[in-house]
Amino acid sequence: MSGTKKLGLRQRYEYLTRGLDWETSYQPMDKVFPYDSFEGIKIKDWSAWEDPFRLTMDSYWKFQAEKERKLYAVIDAFAQNNGQTGISDGRYANVLKLFLTGISPEEYQAHRGFAFAGRHLRGAGTRVAAQMQSIDELRHLQTQVHTISHYNKYFDGIGEFPHMHDRVWYLSVPKSFFDDARSAGPFEFMIAIGFAFEYLLTNLLFVPFMSGAAYNGDMSTVTFGFSAQSDESRHMTLGIEVIKFLLEQHPDNLPIVQKWVDKWFWRGHRLLGLVAMMMDYMLPKKVMSWKEAWDIYFVEAGGALFQDLGRYGLKMPKYADIATAEAEHISHQNWAVFYQYTHAAAFHTWMPDAEHLDWLSEKYPNTFDKYYRPRWEMWAKMEKEGKRFYNNALPQLCQTCQIPMAYTEPGNPTEICFRSTQYKGDTYHFCSDGCKDIFCDEPEKFSQAWLPVHQIFQGNCGGATVPDVLRWYNMNVGADNMDYVGSPDEKLWNEWHAEKLRQAS
Amino acid sequence: MTVQIKTIDLAPKRHTFGHIARRLGEDKPASRYQEATFDIQATTNFHYKPLWEPEYWTYDTRKTTVVMQDWYKPLDPRQYYYAAYNIARANMNQAAERNFAFVEERGLLTKASESARGAIRRGLLPLRHLHWGSNMNMTEICQRGYGTAVTAPCIFSAGDHLGMAQYVSRIGLLLDNQTGSTLDEAKQTWLNDAAWQDTRRLIEDTFVERDWFHLFVAQTLGVNGVLLSLIYKNVESAWDDAGLTVALLTEFMNDWRAEESRWSDAVIKIVAAESEENKALVSGWAKHWIGRATEAAKPLSVALLNDGGTAAIAAGEAALKKAASLGLAV
Repeated sequence: MSGTKKLGLRQRYEYLTRGLDWETSYQPMDKVFPYDSFEGIKIKDWSAWEDPFRLTMDSYWKFQAEKERKLYAVIDAFAQNNGQTGISDGRYANVLKLFLTGISPEEYQAHRGFAFAGRHLRGAGTRVAAQMQSIDELRHLQTQVHTISHYNKYFDGIGEFPHMHDRVWYLSVPKSFFDDARSAGPFEFMIAIGFAFEYLLTNLLFVPFMSGAAYNGDMSTVTFGFSAQSDESRHMTLGIEVIKFLLEQHPDNLPIVQKWVDKWFWRGHRLLGLVAMMMDYMLPKKVMSWKEAWDIYFVEAGGALFQDLGRYGLKMPKYADIATAEAEHISHQNWAVFYQYTHAAAFHTWMPDAEHLDWLSEKYPNTFDKYYRPRWEMWAKMEKEGKRFYNNALPQLCQTCQIPMAYTEPGNPTEICFRSTQYKGDTYHFCSDGCKDIFCDEPEKFSQAWLPVHQIFQGNCGGATVPDVLRWYNMNVGADNMDYVGSPDEKLWNEWHAEKLRQAS
Repeated sequence: MTVQIKTIDLAPKRHTFGHIARRLGEDKPASRYQEATFDIQATTNFHYKPLWEPEYWTYDTRKTTVVMQDWYKPLDPRQYYYAAYNIARANMNQAAERNFAFVEERGLLTKASESARGAIRRGLLPLRHLHWGSNMNMTEICQRGYGTAVTAPCIFSAGDHLGMAQYVSRIGLLLDNQTGSTLDEAKQTWLNDAAWQDTRRLIEDTFVERDWFHLFVAQTLGVNGVLLSLIYKNVESAWDDAGLTVALLTEFMNDWRAEESRWSDAVIKIVAAESEENKALVSGWAKHWIGRATEAAKPLSVALLNDGGTAAIAAGEAALKKAASLGLAV
C-alpha cells in the first residue's frame, strides 16, 4: 500500500479513515457485525467503496463551526428584532408547526439510524460517511428546534412537538415511515433514508420548506436551510454511492434493491403528500405548485437518475406513473382531510380565498375546477351560513401509510380507492395498490402498526371521546386546533399589524 | 455610561416548549442545551419491532440492565448541543494545527533520536486503532442507548475519537514524510506485537457487549481511564528527547481527556447514585474493566519503559480512585 512516495489526497484520506480498521481475531467478525448479513445483500469487496466525500474531522469541525456561528447570529438577530412580525402572513406559522411536529423528529430518527449504520456496516469507509451523516442529522434537529423556538413564544401548536409526535394521528404518518426504516436492516436503512429519502426525494421535502421560508419572509428558517445545504449535498452523494455500490457488488443484490426502491419510493410519495398540501394550501406566498415541483424534481430529475441507474438493471420505481398522476390530486385531497378534521389537528386550516382559488385553477387546469373548486366553494358557503363542516367520525386509516382513506382510484377521482387483504385471519385495509404491496411483502411487520384510530377505539388514547383524546395529545383546544380565522394566532397577528399601521401613520 | 438601543418589546405567550417547562417546573426561558436535548427521543407508541432484534423496541430502556427513573437525569455538564460542541472542537483544533505546523516547520519529530522515534512508532501510533475501536463503541452507545441526554454526547465523542485517530495518524505521516509507511507498520504492531495484544483483545471484547451502559463504563473508565491515560500521560519518558514534541502533538488529546471525563464521570456518578442495584452493577463493570485494562496496559508499560508494569499499575490505581470518587464500590 505504501512506499517512499508521498500519499495523494485520496490515499491519505483512506489512511485516515478505512486504514484505521482491522479484521478482528479475538472476536469473530460476524459477532462484531451481527446485523449486516440477514438482508441477503452480498458484498464481495468492501474496499471497492468510493468515499463520497473526503472530510477529516478537523475540517469537519472547522466548517461546521463556522456555519453554526453565522446561523446562530441570524437566529439571535431575528429574535431580537421580532422577525416573526415580518413574515408574509400569520398563516405561515402553520407551516412551521407541521415542520417541527412532523419533520424535525425524523431528523432525530435519521441521526440515530445513521449511527446504527455507522457502527454496523462492515466497511469502514461507509461507516465514517454514515457517522458524519448521523451527527449532521442531530445538527438539523437541534438547529430546527432553536430556529422555531422563537415562533413558539408567540404562536400556538408548536410547544408540544415531541409529545404530539408520539401520539397525534397524522404524525404517525412520518413516525411510522421512520420507524419502518429504523427497524429495517442497515442496508435497507441506507437505501430507504440515504438513497430514496435524501437523494431521490429531498428536493421535494427539504427544498419546498426552505424555499417557502424564503418566499414568506422567514429569514431565520431559510438561513437554517442555506446553512444545511452543504450537509444535504454530502448526504446526497452518500445516497447515490450506496446504491451504486450495492448494485456493483453482486447481481443478486439487484432484486433486493429494486424491491426497496419500489417500497421507499411509494412510502416517500405518500409522506410527501403533506408537503404537497403545505405548498399548495399553507404557504401564503406560493413558491410553485406541488405538480410543478413533482414534474421538475421527480419526473425530470428522477427520470434522468433512473436512466443512469438503468445500466445496473435498476428500473423506475413501481407505481411511479400512478404517483405522477396523483400529483394532480394529492394536495387537494389532503387539505380536504385536514379541513374536515381541523378540530383534531395542531395547526390551523382555512378555505382558500378567491385569488388563491384562481391560482389553483391555473396550476391545476385538468383537475381543480372540475373536482375541488366546487367542494371548496360549498364549504366556504357553509362557513358563511354558520354551518362549518366538521367530520365527527373517525376515519379509516391505511394500514401501511396510516393516512386516512381519502385518496381516489387511479383514473377516477370521484371514487375512493380501497384495497384489502387477509393476514392470519384479520382483514387489513389500504389506500392504494402501492401500500397493499408493501404490506403483502412484509405482513408480519406491517400488521404490527400502531394505528391511531384503532388505538383510540381500543381505549389507549386517553378516553372514548374526542375531547379525551385531544387532552391526551396535550392539545390546547381552541388555540392549537380549528380554523385560522378566529384563532388566537390570528388575533395576535392582527394586533401586530394594526400596531405597525398605527406607527406608520 | 451605557448606551441603550430602544427595541420593541412584544410580550411572549410562553417562554419555552411545554415539555421543557414541565421539567423546569415553570414556564421560563430555557437554555439552548435544554431545548435541544430534553425529551427529543421518541418514547412510546412505536410501530414495528426491529427485524434484527425483535425482543426490543428501537428505543428501549431494557437494552441495559441499569434502571433510571428518568434518562434525562444524567445531563452533560458541558451543556453541549451540536453548535456548542463544534465550536469548542474547532477552537481546540486551531491550537492543534498551530502545534503541528510548529513541529513540522522545525522538523522536531524527524530530528528526534532514533530511540524516541522508535518508541513513538511502537507505542503511540497504534493508538489510532484503539481510538477507532473507541469510535465504534461510542457510535454503538449512541444508536443503542436511551435518551438524547446520554446519546447525543456519544456521537460527539465518536467524532472526537475519529479525530484523535486522525491526529495520531498525522504524527506518523510527519515521521514518514507523508508516505504512510509508519501507519502500515503501526497496524502490524497493533495486530501482531505481543505488547499490544491484550489491548486489542480488550477492545474487541467490548465490540460484542450488548448492554450499552456496561459498554459506556468499559469504554470511559477502562479504555479512556486506563489505556489512554497510560499512553498520553504515564509513559512520557518513553518519548525520550521528543517528550515535549509529543506533548505538543497530543495537546488536543490531553485537553479532550479532561473534558470528556467531566461529562462521562458525571453520567456514571448519576446513574450509580440512582439505586443500590445500579451502584452494584456499575461498580462490578468498573472493577472488571479497570482491572482488565490495567492488565492490558502492563505489557505496554514494560515495552515502553521497561518498568515492570509500574506505569500501568499507576494508571489502573488512578482509575480505581476516580471510580471510587464517583461513588462506586471498587
